[in-house]
Amino acid sequence: MNVLALEYPPVNHLFDWPALWFEGTPFAINKTSLIYIATTVLTIGLFSWAGRRRASLVPAGLQHVAESGVNFIEESVVMQTIGPEGRKFMPLLTTIFFFVLFSNITEVIPGLQFPANGRMAVPLVLALLVWVVYNVTGVVKQGVGGYLKNSLFPPGVPIFLYVIVAPIEFVTTFIVRPFSLAIRLWANMVAGHLLLVTFAVLSAALWDVYYVPAALPFAMLILMTGFEILVSVLQAFIFTMLTAVYIGGSMHAEH
Amino acid sequence: MLSLLAETGPGELLDGLKALGAGLGYGLAAIGPGVGVGLVVGNAISAMARQPESAGMVRTTMFLGIAFTEALALIGFVVFVLLYYT
Repeated sequence: MNVLALEYPPVNHLFDWPALWFEGTPFAINKTSLIYIATTVLTIGLFSWAGRRRASLVPAGLQHVAESGVNFIEESVVMQTIGPEGRKFMPLLTTIFFFVLFSNITEVIPGLQFPANGRMAVPLVLALLVWVVYNVTGVVKQGVGGYLKNSLFPPGVPIFLYVIVAPIEFVTTFIVRPFSLAIRLWANMVAGHLLLVTFAVLSAALWDVYYVPAALPFAMLILMTGFEILVSVLQAFIFTMLTAVYIGGSMHAEH
Repeated sequence: MLSLLAETGPGELLDGLKALGAGLGYGLAAIGPGVGVGLVVGNAISAMARQPESAGMVRTTMFLGIAFTEALALIGFVVFVLLYYT
């Protein structure tokens, strides 16, 4: 594609990676799935190493990272949104946070430079997992009738308005929530990747013409890389916090 | 303008309209969330300035508000991608 006489790679080249092994089968492995496998191993490895039997009493290094991560999830996510009874969701929330964080941060790691969550599949599966978790929690805590009543008929609304409110609440709670959760993560990563690619392509093209003007897009590239690190951490945090908010909402009836 | 239209084939005109619609669609979709995120963050900052001790709680709620407001802009971005690249 030609944008203002600049050769911009077609979007398929940026997100669609060719299969490396097992091509044509459902188990085809490409760069995205390799990143996901590495991320899974990293998340499991970090916590099984930090939680090993002979853990040191004074945390240092990796153990410190894992422990402060758990503390962070407990204090600024679980306590703020669910309360003390949400502690049993700590493993789920911590795993989601670190998994999403690790697969986002590959966006800025040199050599990889592709956010694995820039593909829709895994964010959607994570969102559906969250959907199952908060619905099951609601049914277990309040019973089927109570859960439906509390989520479809919020108290404090005039009776005749329920004709409008109940369908809206149904659509937002059971249909829009998982999709907005998945799309938020995916679209942020796609937008970030496109932004970085744009400035990288611009720098390379200007470098070919003349060295000096390439400094401008290159400075922007460095700035945007910093910004994307922030976005990666923030999106992982927001995904975790919205999960906690949804679980909290189905645990306590609205007053 | 008319002679320009007469020179272009029907497919090119369609491509141009598609690009125009995609670009304008994302731009329009970004207006509301832009104002909304500004309101959320501005009010959160003034709340933190008035009561620094409640900054933690305000920050959590602020991120939630941003996330919900931003979803609309992101849906606009998805529409742009779908219109322009498919």
